[in-house]
Amino acid sequence: MTTLDPVTLAVLKGRLEQIADEMDATLARSAFNPIIAEARDLSHGLYHAETGETLVQGSSGLPIFVGATAFAVRAVIDHAAARGGARPGETWAFNDPYLGGTHLNDMRLVRPVFRRGRVFCWLASVAHWLDFGGAVPGGYNPRATEAHQEGVRIPPVVLAREGVLDETVLAILQANTRTPHANWGDLNGQLNALDLGERRLCALLDEAGEETVAALAALTARAEAMMRDALARLPDGVYAAEDFLDNDGIDQAALPIRLRLTIAGERASLDFSGTAAACAGPLNISRATAIAACYVALKHLFPEVPANGGCLAPIAITIPDGSILAAEAPRPIAGYTETILRVIDVIFRAFAEASPDRAIAGPFATINALSISGRRADASRWVMFCFFGGGLGGTPQSDGLNHGNNPISTATMPPLEILEASYPIRFTQWALRPDSAGPGMHRGGLGAIYEIAIDDAGGADAFLLGERGLFPPFGVAGGGAASPNRFAWQTDDGWRSSPMVSKAFGLSLARGQRIRLETPGGGGWGDPFARDPARVARDVRLGYVSAKAARDAYGVVVLEDGSVDAEATAALRRGRAA
Amino acid sequence: MSLLVGVDVGGTFTDLFALDPESGSFRIAKVSSRRGDEAAGFLAGLEAIGGVVGCSAIVHGTTVGTNALLERKGARTGLIATRGFRDVLEMRRRDRPRAWGLAGDFVPVIDRDLRVEVDERTLADGTIATAVDAAEVTAAGRYLLAKGAEAVCIAFINAYANPANERAALAALARIWPNEHLCCSSDILPEIREFERTSTAALNAYLQPVVGAYLARLEAALARADFAGRFHIVQSNGGVMSTATARRLPVRTALSGPAAGVIAAAAIGRAAGFPDLITGDLGGTSFDVALIAGGEPSFAAQSAIDFGLIVRTPMVEITTIGAGGGSIARVDAGGLLQVGPESAGSVPGPVCYGQGNDRPTLTDANLLLGRINPERPIGGTLARLDVDAAREAIARHVGAPLGLEAAEAAEAIVRVANARMAGAIRLLSIERGHDPARFAFMPFGGGGAMHAGALMREVGLAATIVPRLPGVTSALGCLLADVRHDAVRTVNLALDRLDGAALTARLAAMAEEVRGVVAAAGLPLTEIVLHAEADMHYQGQTHAVVVPLPFRPDGPPLDEASVRAAFEAAYRSGFSRLLPGIPVRLATLRMAAIGRRPAFDLAVLAPAAGATLAAARLGSRRVRFDGAWHDTPIYDRLALPVDAEIAGPAILEQADATVVVDPGLVARVDRLGNLIMTRR
Repeated sequence: MTTLDPVTLAVLKGRLEQIADEMDATLARSAFNPIIAEARDLSHGLYHAETGETLVQGSSGLPIFVGATAFAVRAVIDHAAARGGARPGETWAFNDPYLGGTHLNDMRLVRPVFRRGRVFCWLASVAHWLDFGGAVPGGYNPRATEAHQEGVRIPPVVLAREGVLDETVLAILQANTRTPHANWGDLNGQLNALDLGERRLCALLDEAGEETVAALAALTARAEAMMRDALARLPDGVYAAEDFLDNDGIDQAALPIRLRLTIAGERASLDFSGTAAACAGPLNISRATAIAACYVALKHLFPEVPANGGCLAPIAITIPDGSILAAEAPRPIAGYTETILRVIDVIFRAFAEASPDRAIAGPFATINALSISGRRADASRWVMFCFFGGGLGGTPQSDGLNHGNNPISTATMPPLEILEASYPIRFTQWALRPDSAGPGMHRGGLGAIYEIAIDDAGGADAFLLGERGLFPPFGVAGGGAASPNRFAWQTDDGWRSSPMVSKAFGLSLARGQRIRLETPGGGGWGDPFARDPARVARDVRLGYVSAKAARDAYGVVVLEDGSVDAEATAALRRGRAA
Repeated sequence: MSLLVGVDVGGTFTDLFALDPESGSFRIAKVSSRRGDEAAGFLAGLEAIGGVVGCSAIVHGTTVGTNALLERKGARTGLIATRGFRDVLEMRRRDRPRAWGLAGDFVPVIDRDLRVEVDERTLADGTIATAVDAAEVTAAGRYLLAKGAEAVCIAFINAYANPANERAALAALARIWPNEHLCCSSDILPEIREFERTSTAALNAYLQPVVGAYLARLEAALARADFAGRFHIVQSNGGVMSTATARRLPVRTALSGPAAGVIAAAAIGRAAGFPDLITGDLGGTSFDVALIAGGEPSFAAQSAIDFGLIVRTPMVEITTIGAGGGSIARVDAGGLLQVGPESAGSVPGPVCYGQGNDRPTLTDANLLLGRINPERPIGGTLARLDVDAAREAIARHVGAPLGLEAAEAAEAIVRVANARMAGAIRLLSIERGHDPARFAFMPFGGGGAMHAGALMREVGLAATIVPRLPGVTSALGCLLADVRHDAVRTVNLALDRLDGAALTARLAAMAEEVRGVVAAAGLPLTEIVLHAEADMHYQGQTHAVVVPLPFRPDGPPLDEASVRAAFEAAYRSGFSRLLPGIPVRLATLRMAAIGRRPAFDLAVLAPAAGATLAAARLGSRRVRFDGAWHDTPIYDRLALPVDAEIAGPAILEQADATVVVDPGLVARVDRLGNLIMTRR
């Protein structure tokens, strides 16, 4: 195999990443649904011809897809092989989460790029379609007990032959959604992205030659070496952590996620034995998804290691059969985001023990998938679907970020003006949530309050799939927990809340009635009684922390005029020390 | 005489370039800047070129706005928002600083207790659901005044669709507000997306008092000096605007100075046959890198000045790192040598300036290695540089902890600084897939040309082109930049059954307006070019494509067919698939008037005939390269004749810059006086 000098290697890596970035941008700019166009719930990359392993990934794609898409490409490779191999001009499509990870709304388009009669590599485009059938508009059915209630499952099929779309497949896709117009636009956007990627890649291969580009496999080895080096710097040992999901939407029992992290030299193992068994409701995830979640957590802990398959090479992952982390068809999986966030949480907690200087307090760690839908005057359906933000955890470096996105995502929030222009709804509040952050020497970031009123004369139905209503984001190194998630809605008889806390099904709202979501902050880092009283007084002045919480959680007495009562503060802080 | 003067005020030096367009003669000057009192340096510079009386126009590139944003030194500013939405500015788009790694927080430029909510609501279709109450706005204004706010931004939800409530609030506030530092979001950026619009408007208000006071000081001083010409400011997009516009829209000056430099670099590169350039401006505190491909700088529609500080207005794309001549070298707790981002600036400046700083800087290291002439300091305000003080500081702060001789320590400082600069260049070139071997490096600023050899080697750049007057490139750019004014209108029209005559009339009115502003600038122009564009999209898409419209003031009116053809051509150039059957909409009209300045013949900079290599030779001194001292010839750079060839090692000195020709490189003077360095 050709080996490359480091500068040529870096230039080629840059050019390939540029191609993937341009694919991301092409889809975002031509998509119809705001989850793709504004929130960029999408991913593009180039994948190995035989193994499907990630070669490069666009930088604006979703972190969770970085780990999961390799499984999707692998699935297409296997299906193509079963029918005699991939052919030039083909584009495959599927959304099967048991093969490709994540959930049914993520449509995966996979295309082989041929050179000299052979597959040189694969291009993939993954994007979150607004609606793909099932009992709940938008797919996040909090009461699903099998995947058939979450949407339509498409196995890997040939969507285009010799560059021509298969009208039969298209007709099936279009007949099984409440939003055919948006899905059609988004499908074309994904095809635009693949067309562009193929064109750019072929131009690069014409210029640089296939052998040269193939030498990029060296990048995987480099990621592996860096991960080994990072692990070798941590103290050997066994570290245990656990956290819980509130419920599965069907049964109120909490679901434990348990981890034993073992670090031994330049290798590590993640053993999830003791984790809850597969559940009745939609909180299961497939094995591919679980491994992708481990990848995301490690990348946050070791951001310097490059994003490709090499990272996981020195890590052994044990996922018990029959557990919530190894779902098989047709176990419901629509709430997969909540479970992977908890998998990431326990990895953060275990590494906080092993490596306090990298400790990250718990992020808000629930996506609060909200869908609101109704019918327009012409009887067509409208579906607004959105994920919401919350606080990130305190770290040794700083307070947590107010209103950030989840570790599985880099998706930004659609502007409320875009949502109001697209759907008959009206936001009545969009604000930071006081006292939602976990206290700490570095406190967590604040969560948010969102309040939305229905503006459709015919009313609307709302569904929510969220978590962290009972088990709030955790603090580390002496920091405190954040406030839990809260959800309520208006009825003719006043405000109501759900027996499943952050999961609600088919709420019927009349025009003018509101729903209200208060999201968790992040956990705190370090002892809150060690926080500088002047910083606590500033938090009170800005309305991040109430005067009562300043006294109770931080031992700081802030007076009416905003100043610190130094004597009373010292007495309070001494009192606790004693 | 009617001089045109370009003035670039940087963090360390203020540079001037004065041209007499009739005779083709020019003068340059360089004086020290004073942070916080940039106007003083500006006026001292004008004195240095002989005063303002003979000047017909002054064009200014400024970093006052940039520095105020980066250092968070804008005015104490208030925000008046729709009830329920004061946190839009702080909540951003729910992003985070980096994709991987969760550390870092965000402090908005307007504190939460200075963000006030009032009852009002505009809907997405422009309907006013709740009219704004002037009395409530006035009360909010009084509260903000009592809190010490100097400026206020009004940003209401959906104001892009109907600015009536914002306008009414602005009028109410203006009646009680003691100054002119007010703005509303629909005036600054009439576009959908509340965070981007609010952020841009809030940063505008934050800068209004700072930039306004600065321009007022300059204008008053110019008036006192009997300046009777025109005074203009370079915008971040490389176009020139009036000071009245700059006072109202200071956010458009965010990259004013650097944009002027990039405009000049592109022009010099095109004239010298190097259309593909990476520019590196090494100043006292920072290193700014920009990429020019095919003779054109790249622009971004939106930039993050820092995490969460979003400015949505077109800007030259520039990457900045905190590494400059004044960057301080230190050995950190882990025993690693670090250079920057902490800087000694120009006051007190490097140790060798003898103005009170005793921590060694990159300039001190270059001095100790013999690369800088202690008897001829750049800028001309100091008589000589103190080599012994520089040596002592390097030995104590870097040499001793690392166990190195002072000269070895100085070499290590330069090497670390080179690696940081190389990293910034890689980020813009290699990381974006540009092959550096196709690009030439163009250093400007006083110090960039000392590091060119190392950067060529580390990054793999093909050549270096040192402009004739590297220290005044941005000032020169002020004279080359076109005059520009832009207008935007939100229209929201369906393409089906488009009223082409009405659209054409609308465009004609916009054309008249922007052309008038450009003509009123009063600068000599050869022509005014109009660019008409529409943001168009398929119904249901949230992003639009920019469609150049076939509009000419004296041409035939547009119609549905011609606009559709323009849309489909633009869409197809971005995306492979049209979507027949889905209705098309026009969201926004944009009109730009660009006033072309008379061609500037860079040959005025060329060396005088009759120069000889021998006459340019100044002598020699010991300079350290790669661990050994070399007896190195020194030349007066500006006295070198065209086609002169000098093999490294050599040092070329000029008043505003020092060029180091490393061993293994050869430098040649081209016909315009640029120095082209390549590997031997």
